[in-house]
Amino acid sequence: MTPAVVFFYIFASVLCLAAFMVITARNPVHSVMFLILAFVASSGLFLLIGAEFLAMLLVVVYVGAVAVLFLFVVMMLDVDFAELKQGFLQYLPIGALIGGLVVIELVLVVGGFIATPSGGGHVQTPTPAAASNVMALGEVLYTRYFYLFQAAGFVLLTAMVGAIVLTLHHKPGVKRQNIAAQNARTRAGAIDIVKVPSGRGLEAAE
Amino acid sequence: MIGINQYLVVAAIVFTLGMLGIILNRKNIIVILMSVELILLAVNINLVAFSVHLHDLTGQVFALFILTVAAAEAAIGLAILVTYFRNRGTIAVEDIHQMKG
Repeated sequence: MTPAVVFFYIFASVLCLAAFMVITARNPVHSVMFLILAFVASSGLFLLIGAEFLAMLLVVVYVGAVAVLFLFVVMMLDVDFAELKQGFLQYLPIGALIGGLVVIELVLVVGGFIATPSGGGHVQTPTPAAASNVMALGEVLYTRYFYLFQAAGFVLLTAMVGAIVLTLHHKPGVKRQNIAAQNARTRAGAIDIVKVPSGRGLEAAE
Repeated sequence: MIGINQYLVVAAIVFTLGMLGIILNRKNIIVILMSVELILLAVNINLVAFSVHLHDLTGQVFALFILTVAAAEAAIGLAILVTYFRNRGTIAVEDIHQMKG
């Protein structure tokens, strides 16, 4: 048992346990915490297999952004989560049946799976032997897959605009800065020069 | 020695757990969204395992894009959830069919 094998089994069992706890935890906050644990464990798996960039990206994007977003929403919504948990036992028999069948099928299929290491001569972008993972990924991402990279940026832009449009709502009666009205003001409309006769007050001048 | 098969088995277990989460937590849409994230994570593990096994970087590039789409999906899903909660005061999924029309 080399250390890599030991760490693989540690990360794999932590990942499976955390994934199990995500779907069974009573409190959704605990679910989010176990989701974070699952992502950290799978990031360890990626490190072990040699995909360092994706491992770091998983920590940054999922733990740093997506899980925090989930935590934010779970804590912001005032929901009776015990009531939402009611159908759990009702669906447990059918769920356990389907889940057992699927996991047995998948493990039987992929457990004895043998892939030719050369990929049958259909390798699209061979991994360079000398470069590190980040460098190799960067070299194909910004050249060969540049349009896909741009498309991913548009997907994120759309998601950002959509999320803002969905959640932003204007309250009536709130005074806001109107920049167009400010810029449209002229000197003639803004100030009025009056010649006030001495001792008569402003009313006499008008 | 850890080969591709062990990684594929782990991904299969995580995928099944994610699917089970959708079946069991039919009422709680937050846990359903988290289950979808688990399923996408399983897909990513598969892609990365094959990418390293076949010495082909395409799988890792694809996993990167799946990560992007998963983040976008989580943001949009949670935004819809917040809007729904603001309008109805609950996040029970079975009431959503009342929105038709």
